Amino acid sequence: MYAYNDFDTAFLAERNKQFRAQVERRVSGALTEDEFKPLRLMNGVYLQLHAYMLRVAIPYGTLNSRQMSQLALLAEKWDKGYGHFTTRQNIQFNWPKLSDIPDMLDALAEVDMHAIQTSGNTIRNVTADHFAGAAADEIEDPRPIAELIRQWSTDHPEFQFMGRKFKIAVSAGEKDRAVLKAHDLAVRVVRNDAGEVGYQILVGGGLGRTPMIGKVLNDFLPRADLLPYIEAVVSVWNQIGRRDNKYKARIKITVHEHGLEDIRARVEERYAAIRPTFEGIDQTLFADIQSHFAAPDFRDAPLAAYDIAYDNDPLFRSWADTNLSEHRAPGYSIVTVSLKKHGATPGDASAEQMRLLADLAKQYGHDELRISHEQNVILPHVHKSDLPMIYAALQQADLHTANIGLISDIIACPGMDYCALATARSIPVAEQIATRFDELKLEHDIGHLQIKISGCINACGHHHVGHIGILGLDRAGVENYQITLGGDATWDAAIGERAGPGFAYDEIVPAVERIVQGYLDLRHGEEETFIEAYRRLGLAPFKAYLYPEVQANAA
Amino acid sequence: MARAFTPKVITANALIEGDVIYMTDAGTWTRDLTDAVLLTDEADADLRLLEAQQQPGEVVGAYLADAQSGPFGPEPVHFREEFRAAGPSNYFHGKQAQGVAGH
Repeated sequence: MYAYNDFDTAFLAERNKQFRAQVERRVSGALTEDEFKPLRLMNGVYLQLHAYMLRVAIPYGTLNSRQMSQLALLAEKWDKGYGHFTTRQNIQFNWPKLSDIPDMLDALAEVDMHAIQTSGNTIRNVTADHFAGAAADEIEDPRPIAELIRQWSTDHPEFQFMGRKFKIAVSAGEKDRAVLKAHDLAVRVVRNDAGEVGYQILVGGGLGRTPMIGKVLNDFLPRADLLPYIEAVVSVWNQIGRRDNKYKARIKITVHEHGLEDIRARVEERYAAIRPTFEGIDQTLFADIQSHFAAPDFRDAPLAAYDIAYDNDPLFRSWADTNLSEHRAPGYSIVTVSLKKHGATPGDASAEQMRLLADLAKQYGHDELRISHEQNVILPHVHKSDLPMIYAALQQADLHTANIGLISDIIACPGMDYCALATARSIPVAEQIATRFDELKLEHDIGHLQIKISGCINACGHHHVGHIGILGLDRAGVENYQITLGGDATWDAAIGERAGPGFAYDEIVPAVERIVQGYLDLRHGEEETFIEAYRRLGLAPFKAYLYPEVQANAA
Repeated sequence: MARAFTPKVITANALIEGDVIYMTDAGTWTRDLTDAVLLTDEADADLRLLEAQQQPGEVVGAYLADAQSGPFGPEPVHFREEFRAAGPSNYFHGKQAQGVAGH
């Protein structure tokens, strides 16, 4: 993975020094809050409901063991012993003191990490397929281009104070595991008919108040043109995007209002103007970055230990069947470690758990870890013979929940338990749904079903693209939860349909249970997943289960 | 007709710790809602809010929050203020752990 060079290290040290001085000036009273706020946001510092919050970027979701251990240190030394992994491959610390944050940033810099542009109206942390570099279905590792974009966008002078934030995702897999179509801009690595590798560019996706599915702006961009093309897109939007209304400022609205053809023409024009200014330094840099992402030396070893455990230990077998994914190297697996223990906060890991994961990565996983937008941790390169040892270690740390892709593997934003923007709580709803389906012992029977919960319309919890989406709102001073059905976060991305009137806090879990009961009644056998059944049947039959009283009244 | 004024407390976040604070009758800051001053006069509330907003070295984002009189002092009206006064519901952290909530 990428290691900072002298320039990166010096840049970050300088930036941290600047922010330390800004914090000092805020504390001394030399800066007002209005002056300080944009500065702290540029460095990932929010003021939330109960405390400050520091959002640290995990670029393209990749960490090594040293970095994960350092996150554990931050959690213990300056927070309350845990961190929260988010849907944008960041980690959030919920309880730092303002005066401690400069020290936290220096500690992060020791391991090549930062919180730059994790907030504010800038290009945010670049996210990627969490199986990048390991997946069997990918054309190449997309992380070098993510790193290239990270370096280009960091402190880019044109893009520091835009009309709104700008989110970029990259992926190279046949399956989309990075929710590409819900990003302002997405880069999909593709191969053309001539067998050349290039990039498909999507724009104008996004969730939030006005959810939109991204559209293909350019079907095949040659490798060398990536940065100037992205720069042209962001530049066009930065010029013509709406600044009069924050709710209409994102590029999805610009694309919607101007039309894709108009945007494409403007991008082409801008691209033609700036292309000559890219004189090849980006390609030299890219070649250097690529060398950092060489695949590990995969080993050849017998699989007997795995086979014995699989055949004899039903708990291990259940976990292996649920939490492992196909690796591109023979004998290897991708391990997804669930941060969704039934009844626990989705995405939270304690400092001890982070240290254990770091140790496992170091000992068994070629020193690599990934964070998924689904708020789980991944050991991307594990030889199958090591899986029984890993499972045993995970059991000791309560990290062995076998629920990846199942109903209790819920995405949930922090909601009103932490977030100043939230209109209702998300976390306890997720906890209660997971607990309930664990009690019912139904989740393996239910199969693949994604629930995504947001505590406000900004949709950090991706509710629009959940098979079952839940949106928490404040309705006349009471928490109320709206349900959407049929959303999809994959390459077949779809925005869920609103099912009908919302539910009170104590009604939401039974409501979800009724939908699931409906699915179990309606499906064509176990092979038909929830989303497949929904696509076949549409909203109406599920609605009948969700609102039985309406049916009764109509009868 | 203007809406009748409902009782308020002045609340903000502390500059360094970032935690929730309330203004007392003496104009100082407390971390316990029950020790806050409940303002029933609109002009008085507006004046006191200005006072709070002029302390940038101590507080951030002061505003008036609806509250009502309870047996131990002011109580929140809206659920958001309940969470601010108590702490998160997933961990025993924040005010509930500091023993200043849960009256």
